[in-house]
Amino acid sequence: MAEAVTFKNMALAKAINESLRRALDSDPKVLIMGEDVGKLGGVFRVTDGLQKDFGESRVIDTPLAESGIVGTAIGLALRGYRPVVEIQFDGFVFPAYDQIVTQLAKMHARSLGKVKLPVVVRIPYGGGIGAVEHHSESPEALFAHVAGLKVVSPSNASDGYWMMQQAIQSDDPVIFFEPKRRYWDKAEVNTEAIPGPLHKAQVVREGTDLTLVAYGPMVKLCQEVADAAAEEGKSLEVLDLRSVSPLDFDSIQASVEKTRRLVVVHEAPVFLGSGAEIAARITERCFYHLEAPVLRVGGYHAPYPPARLEEEYLPGLDRVLDAVDRALAY
Amino acid sequence: MTVESTAARKPRRSAGTKSTAGKRTTAKNAPGTDPELVQLLTPEGERLKNPENATYDKYVADITPDELRGLYRDMVLTRRFDAEATSLQRQGELGLWASLLGQEAAQIGSGRATREDDYVFPTYREHGVAWCRGVDPANLLGMFRGVNNGGWDPNGNNFHLYTIVIGSQTLHATGYAMGIAKDGADSAVIAYFGDGASSQGDVAESFTFSAVYNAPVVFFCQNNQWAISEPTEKQTRVPLYQRAQGYGFPGVRVDGNDVLACLAVTKWALERARNGEGPTLVEAYTYRMGAHTTSDDPTKYRADEERESWEAKDPILRLRRYLEASNHADEGFFAELEAESEALGKRVREAVRAMPDPDRFAIFENVYADGHALVDEERAQFAAYQASFADEGGH
Repeated sequence: MAEAVTFKNMALAKAINESLRRALDSDPKVLIMGEDVGKLGGVFRVTDGLQKDFGESRVIDTPLAESGIVGTAIGLALRGYRPVVEIQFDGFVFPAYDQIVTQLAKMHARSLGKVKLPVVVRIPYGGGIGAVEHHSESPEALFAHVAGLKVVSPSNASDGYWMMQQAIQSDDPVIFFEPKRRYWDKAEVNTEAIPGPLHKAQVVREGTDLTLVAYGPMVKLCQEVADAAAEEGKSLEVLDLRSVSPLDFDSIQASVEKTRRLVVVHEAPVFLGSGAEIAARITERCFYHLEAPVLRVGGYHAPYPPARLEEEYLPGLDRVLDAVDRALAY
Repeated sequence: MTVESTAARKPRRSAGTKSTAGKRTTAKNAPGTDPELVQLLTPEGERLKNPENATYDKYVADITPDELRGLYRDMVLTRRFDAEATSLQRQGELGLWASLLGQEAAQIGSGRATREDDYVFPTYREHGVAWCRGVDPANLLGMFRGVNNGGWDPNGNNFHLYTIVIGSQTLHATGYAMGIAKDGADSAVIAYFGDGASSQGDVAESFTFSAVYNAPVVFFCQNNQWAISEPTEKQTRVPLYQRAQGYGFPGVRVDGNDVLACLAVTKWALERARNGEGPTLVEAYTYRMGAHTTSDDPTKYRADEERESWEAKDPILRLRRYLEASNHADEGFFAELEAESEALGKRVREAVRAMPDPDRFAIFENVYADGHALVDEERAQFAAYQASFADEGGH
């Protein structure tokens, strides 16, 4: 029986690459578009080899114009295509923000459901790789705030593979944030067994004393935090949200009702971030279960700092452990 | 005018510094007050045939009197519809209206050049093009009345929803055209925008993309001289049609108040697109006789004489003169059309007044195609809130 299932050990970048390959292979309407996605295979090589195998009309190198990439993808979707576009880095998405927010997000509603825009916008995001400015940001809350968009972020290779499949199959526009510092982390990917739905959170570690909620690059950190806490005799549960919009509040609630304490961790600035929404809703839903206020750990209300300071800015093991201690002290 | 007053304010600039003064005033003159236009019908209604317009003339050379009357009818009915909508706004039935008064020839000429399987991406003033595509005029009014944000099925007539953000739709048009090329189809796309939109990055990017991918798209710029209060001089230092050259495709300026010329030039451009020759920029040189929208007050920024000079070039009047001079239409035709216009006005008026407010749950409809937990949750909260009135015996 085990022979029938295909397991592969691969890095996140490779998993997304294989997922895109599978989508191109199974649906002639799927297109890849972006800057340098062709011969180069993208600056992170996520689209490596795809143009060679599927041709320039399926894997399209575009002019350097982000609004143009998203705007023409909308037109292609109107014609029946399913474009997967790459924005090279998080900070470069803003020239396309207008097209994403005013057009991509709203056209289905404006057309009273007559028009569907199955466009996936891939954005390598987040810090920790020592990049220059505009290459390390986490703008997910800016997109999650916009009705009409779905916003997801895989934390591991298996999710990278399957969530990309699900995003491409979705008839809604999906903003697909890829944690660039996890691109090279390997994990086992079962390319046959379809996992749960795109927007379902996953308990990646069971615990009883406190729930850590994270997504994308911070999931691995939270697992390390849980390991460290375990050495001190604390049992932390780690929940990988996988999706920022919609947010799986039911899964968070279930976990918090068990552990009675919650710390939310993300790289994005804390102020008005996704952690704020989680704290507010969980306080509403679990007021009588909570033993401590919901705490948040994330970036500061400051521009993403130069690389030599990013370890100060980004949530690290000690900052999260401090928050855990504070929550447990109530 | 501005040129002179600038010079007058700066008496230091004597004859000796003329060249500097000239440089500083280039922006005013650049777009051309005496443009080279493709014109087939003069303002006096005379049919023009000359070597300059020969390329385009052949596209309307075999036009029948019946078709000419059809173009005239389209323009008259569109103007009547537009006037009715303006009145309805004044009566409080519409929240806003963007009048096309003066641009009937540009819209009917280009709209009638399209084929059924072509796809049209309008901005928010293309009521005449919508008419040509067979969209019921009453359906255009829903979004201005505030009962929806669109109002028609874009695929029903291959006429996309109006786009409010200036220039966004030119990229959608380009992408759609790229799709046509991929499909190996021979239809084409036409994207409408104004002189103001020509300053937007999206329009520049759509020129780049369409040229690079040789997309079958016609960019139809209605240069109506004003972007709300800003004149074309605030958008460009070269005539707009010349922009195309820098992107590697042809640009042509057509008399936008000449329906025959607009029809011919657009047919030519669409044929190029169908033949795989790529994009074309058509600049229809025309004039917005009314306000930008009903919220605007053009008396604050432009002179009455300017409008009067353009009234002499009225697109409807000039075709009427031609029809009469060539005996292609008689009094009976004009009288019948007058009656048809009034009937259209009445029908539109009644249709608007009969438009029901949307169901309150429409707020939550079609936000997502696949659904979304937050929308479901908030819809349920809304329903509970609404139901609480019923429980209290309220309304």
